[in-house]
Amino acid sequence: MKLQRNGRSKALAIGAMALVSSLSLAACGSDNNSGSTASGGSSGSAAASAINCGKPGSLIAAGSTAQGAAMDVWKTSFNAACSGTTINYQGGGSGAGIQQFNQGKIQFAGSDSALKPAEVDASKAVCTGGQGIDLPMVGGLIALVFNVDGVDNLVLDAPTAAKIFDSQITKWNDPAIAALNPGAKLPDAEIQTFHRSDDSGTTENLTKYFAAAGGGAWSYPAGKAWAGKGGQSANGSAGVSAQVKQVKNSISYVELAYAQTNNLKSAAINTGASKPVAATAENAANTFAKAQIAGTGSDLALKLDYATKEEGSYPLVLVTYEIVCDKGNKAETLDTVKSFLTYTISDAGQKAVGEKGYVPLPKTLTDKVNSTIATLA
Amino acid sequence: MTSSSPAAPRGRERRPRDSRVGDKIFMNLARGSGILLLVIMGAIAAFLTWRSVLALSTNEGNFLTTFEWTPDAPKPVFGIAVLAVGTIVSAVIAMVIAVPVAIGIALFISHYAPRRIAQPFAYLVDLLAAVPSIVYGLWGALFLVPHMDGLTSWLNQYLGWTYIFDQTRTGTPRNLFTVGILLAIMVLPIITAVSREVFRQVPRMHEEAALALGATRWEMIRTAVLPFGRPGIISASMLGLGRALGETIAVAVVLSASNVLSLHILDAGGGTFAQNIALKFAEAGDNGRNALMASGLVLFVITLLVNGAARLIIARRKEYSGANA
Repeated sequence: MKLQRNGRSKALAIGAMALVSSLSLAACGSDNNSGSTASGGSSGSAAASAINCGKPGSLIAAGSTAQGAAMDVWKTSFNAACSGTTINYQGGGSGAGIQQFNQGKIQFAGSDSALKPAEVDASKAVCTGGQGIDLPMVGGLIALVFNVDGVDNLVLDAPTAAKIFDSQITKWNDPAIAALNPGAKLPDAEIQTFHRSDDSGTTENLTKYFAAAGGGAWSYPAGKAWAGKGGQSANGSAGVSAQVKQVKNSISYVELAYAQTNNLKSAAINTGASKPVAATAENAANTFAKAQIAGTGSDLALKLDYATKEEGSYPLVLVTYEIVCDKGNKAETLDTVKSFLTYTISDAGQKAVGEKGYVPLPKTLTDKVNSTIATLA
Repeated sequence: MTSSSPAAPRGRERRPRDSRVGDKIFMNLARGSGILLLVIMGAIAAFLTWRSVLALSTNEGNFLTTFEWTPDAPKPVFGIAVLAVGTIVSAVIAMVIAVPVAIGIALFISHYAPRRIAQPFAYLVDLLAAVPSIVYGLWGALFLVPHMDGLTSWLNQYLGWTYIFDQTRTGTPRNLFTVGILLAIMVLPIITAVSREVFRQVPRMHEEAALALGATRWEMIRTAVLPFGRPGIISASMLGLGRALGETIAVAVVLSASNVLSLHILDAGGGTFAQNIALKFAEAGDNGRNALMASGLVLFVITLLVNGAARLIIARRKEYSGANA
């Protein structure tokens, strides 16, 4: 009945809302754009000097959407510096990227996780005389973002966070949270948790962290699909960020860039170090510096220490890889692949994506990647 | 039906032999188009079936009763129980709200409104159909959801005893009920437009006869317009239902998807086929994609069944009011 009464004005209302939402979207868009052009402009000259163009050619790559924004920055400055060379990176997801790489359709793939043994076997068909290898390229961190009135600084540890996201802890003034936050005015309110409704590498890394550091509080296997109980879900990092912004007493997990652009407060993590570790790029880089290399031969897949207790090491980090052939890359594109990846791992390349909310990889790691790129054949 | 009858060919066989080249070309083009349609439909069905069989052979859960959707796990487990229920529940809510309102609007345009208002009003309703679904989705997420709190708690308070409207969890109302309302708004213009055209086709003689017998305007509509228009209303509703069942992005934006099966429609959670496919496809592996196609096949079959049922109803009604056509 209510609808019927409003029937007439509904069209107008929708029109007006469409206008409002498109305006606000345009506003967001222009924010991002100005940021990217500014960073592109400032690092443009520095980047140009770091770029060694190699033979002109065109590269097609695809895969992880998590590193999509980083690729946008890199290919813009590379295309600008090297006329005659075009880099084309299509998103579409890590799985799709690896699939296309193993079919020989693309020159390299972006992936949120290292190649699985079966995928390595499949890659041998494409890389004649060699196999696909993982090169860590884009670092990131996952921030636990929250929206609680009167609470600006929140400290959590892995077991508590895991219980919150599994609805075992349901109130903000739960003793477990209060013990970690002496002096904070925690409200007597229900916690509204938000997780990703789409399958995502962010979810996978968060649940890996819970599994490794949660002390048994997280009883599900780590994976891209959400397995925990309760809470609400939203589509994409943008979707959950919007929900946290809108809904009081909420908490979720997003990559640093989304926490920054949406002005969301991030929780510090009590890792067992003397001080809780804040979610900053520097603290994440410390964790990467300590990461072990799990790959064999020229494969540089990383083993991240989620349970790290080092001072100033933020444990909730993720790394995405570029997947290339160590031997048997296509002769006509090999030179371009090498020069592009040499640029992306260079200081200038890492710094450029650092301005977009990614975590520049530490020098110890980039040196190793750099020398591996030089050996590609 | 009524709109197609004037276009139906009337056996013109005056010159069967010396038919011109143009006739032949046109006949073959028309026949080819018909065959092409069948081939495409067959190809879609065959493709979906093939990929579904691949996925189902790996499934370690029951495809019909499992709640989880993890086809890419080492032990693939996936099922459509939550999706099927969510799809049907949200579409039913949409129909319950949209059909009466759409008939009301259509009657208003065809029989009540002065011509000066009816024309632009009809145009406005048609315009509603042209709004892209992502815009509806954004409107739903940014405007409708925050404004549903009042209605949700009212329903919970006074109708909570019905189980369906019992709200067991707090949180923003990103639930199947809100999705149903959003879908109702989205299918409204389709149902309205088709019903309106059908109501316009009602023979003037019937209406005048009813009025001459002393019927009021409402009685005239009840005795002359609605019985004549019933098959049209049904096919209009089926068109709308098709959109409601298959709506993807608006649902994905508004609904808080989860693999929880619950008929508490005010609790956030649940999912639909199309929404699940849209959200899971990007990161799905080989088996994940096949599993999603299997769920697509189920949606395909549900839509076929619904359409078939509608055809049956219309066919029966046609005999009943066949003299009018």
